[in-house]
Amino acid sequence: MAKIELTRIPFIKNILKSRYPQLAVFIVMLIGYIFAILAGLIGTPVGSHNFSIVFVWIAWWALLILVAVPFFGRGWCAVCPIPLPGEWLQRGAVLSPPDKRPKWLNLRVPKMFRNIWLQNISFLLLALFSSVLLTTPNITGIVLAAMLFAAIGLSTVFERRAFCRYLCPVGGFIGLYSQTAPVELRIKDKQVCVTCEGKPCYNGSSTGYGCPWDIFPGGLTKNTYCGLCMECIRTCPHDNIAVNLRPFSADLAKPSTRMDEAFKAFIMLGSAIIYAGVLLGPWGAFKDAAYNVGSGAWFIYAVVFLAIIFVVLPGLFTLGILNTKNALPLKQRFASLSTALIPLGLMFWVAFSLSFVLTNASYIIAALSDPLGLGWNLFGTANMAWQPMLTSILAPAQTLVLVGGLIWSARTAQKAAGEVKVSPIPVIVYCLLATCLMLWLLL
Amino acid sequence: MRPTPNTDRPTSHNLMRFHFSLLLLVTAGLVVAFAPLPAQPITPQERTFEIDAHQFAYSPSEIKVNPGDTVTIQLVSTDVVHGIYVDDYDISVEADPGQSATLTFVADKPGSFRFRCNITCGAMHPFMIGKLTVGSNNWLYRSIGLAALAVLGMTVSRKQKA
Repeated sequence: MAKIELTRIPFIKNILKSRYPQLAVFIVMLIGYIFAILAGLIGTPVGSHNFSIVFVWIAWWALLILVAVPFFGRGWCAVCPIPLPGEWLQRGAVLSPPDKRPKWLNLRVPKMFRNIWLQNISFLLLALFSSVLLTTPNITGIVLAAMLFAAIGLSTVFERRAFCRYLCPVGGFIGLYSQTAPVELRIKDKQVCVTCEGKPCYNGSSTGYGCPWDIFPGGLTKNTYCGLCMECIRTCPHDNIAVNLRPFSADLAKPSTRMDEAFKAFIMLGSAIIYAGVLLGPWGAFKDAAYNVGSGAWFIYAVVFLAIIFVVLPGLFTLGILNTKNALPLKQRFASLSTALIPLGLMFWVAFSLSFVLTNASYIIAALSDPLGLGWNLFGTANMAWQPMLTSILAPAQTLVLVGGLIWSARTAQKAAGEVKVSPIPVIVYCLLATCLMLWLLL
Repeated sequence: MRPTPNTDRPTSHNLMRFHFSLLLLVTAGLVVAFAPLPAQPITPQERTFEIDAHQFAYSPSEIKVNPGDTVTIQLVSTDVVHGIYVDDYDISVEADPGQSATLTFVADKPGSFRFRCNITCGAMHPFMIGKLTVGSNNWLYRSIGLAALAVLGMTVSRKQKA
């Protein structure tokens, strides 16, 4: 399937070039975000009746993992409100043309942090406390506020969107999975970028800001670090930036060789498996251990959680590919072949989220009428009884998603193995075993 | 200079074999997913389970019955108000603290079903979950069969393309 350039359509191009539609969405999102913080801090402590839990962990999560990431990649990052206040402060402007004088410290992020290890750590920190985070409104409020203030703080110290690029726990996995999405931002003609003077897409110009994600679009080959902010479309003087529709997982044809990205794939795969067992399984002792943060059981849970992600899953994977000998070092084969786990991990999360979201979606309607749980009834739906949705099609849907993910991963493994000239069989068997485990946990 | 023949291009014979294999795999997939399984005749029984509900677990958390059994669940709540809702059967009952409540139904749908607390009972309430298995969990076995078949299909199709 060839690429289809969406920016050829004048309506789409005009919307993307103008700052106002994006700003309107930003402002709505920012209001919702701040309301979620307030609801978490001052609303009812009952999670299932508090806007912060219901809208963040059910509604937003469903939209993110079931729609935004699989179909739009980093589409959420394009409208995420978290970097907004920091960016306004950093620029000293909301919409006006950029002032070339640097505001605040404007430092470059040290080289040792220019990778996604910090994002891996921040995600794992949240993951270890997720049972409390997902269910306790004031903890959700505090974490949301902390992310907002961290983004503001980093904007005053470092240049561009340092928080989004290097620290955001959500941005890390969105970036990883955005490689599978059928949407991309790319240049049209490389030669135009080579001869372009001043590189306004990266450095900024009177028409827009230099890439907030610290990317030179001329060298963009995959979606991972492009936040789809559309600044380069606004600044390119040669109309050389396009947003394209493309086949799914086009970026995975060229496997990554980075260990931080490889471990992100294991972190996401492992977390989905653990959550399926702990949160959706029938084992009360696991839930107790995950929820009682600071207890002995929780420490054991944390150690097991980290051991599964950093030892068991990568260890078994390494054992599997150990005999796929070729000229490449094991580390490089490990990183390249772990690309196959990206579609598998995404589909694991989709299958897990389907169960969680369909079971709890009815809380959204009730929380609309009484977002703080203070006894309001704005739309007459506050007393709507909890009712799981579509549970009869849940198991077939999860099977389709998981088996589809396995096929997708097997195909990716074949391509990645072709690139590093080894057999894909061990990786495919690994994916099959992981899928069988996930099926057993969910069905 | 003569152009090098493109060895990657599949011949019509290979393409036919590939399509035939694909058809076989799809047929096998449909059989694995939907073919009726021989059912062993089992006389329905009356089964009673006492399930303790406490934050945020059921004990026992997994119950197994045979299709056609008349199942009675005596739900005993040991701390706060808890309920039990059985997915797909769409039936529920609630028990006050220290009290018990009874839910009786005929297990006429085979498969594996989650049962979950339907009364907000605390922070981890959305994850207070148990499992009811009626007969054998055939959907799980069918799904694993489909996964294995999918992998086999990918490997075979790859070899045929090569």
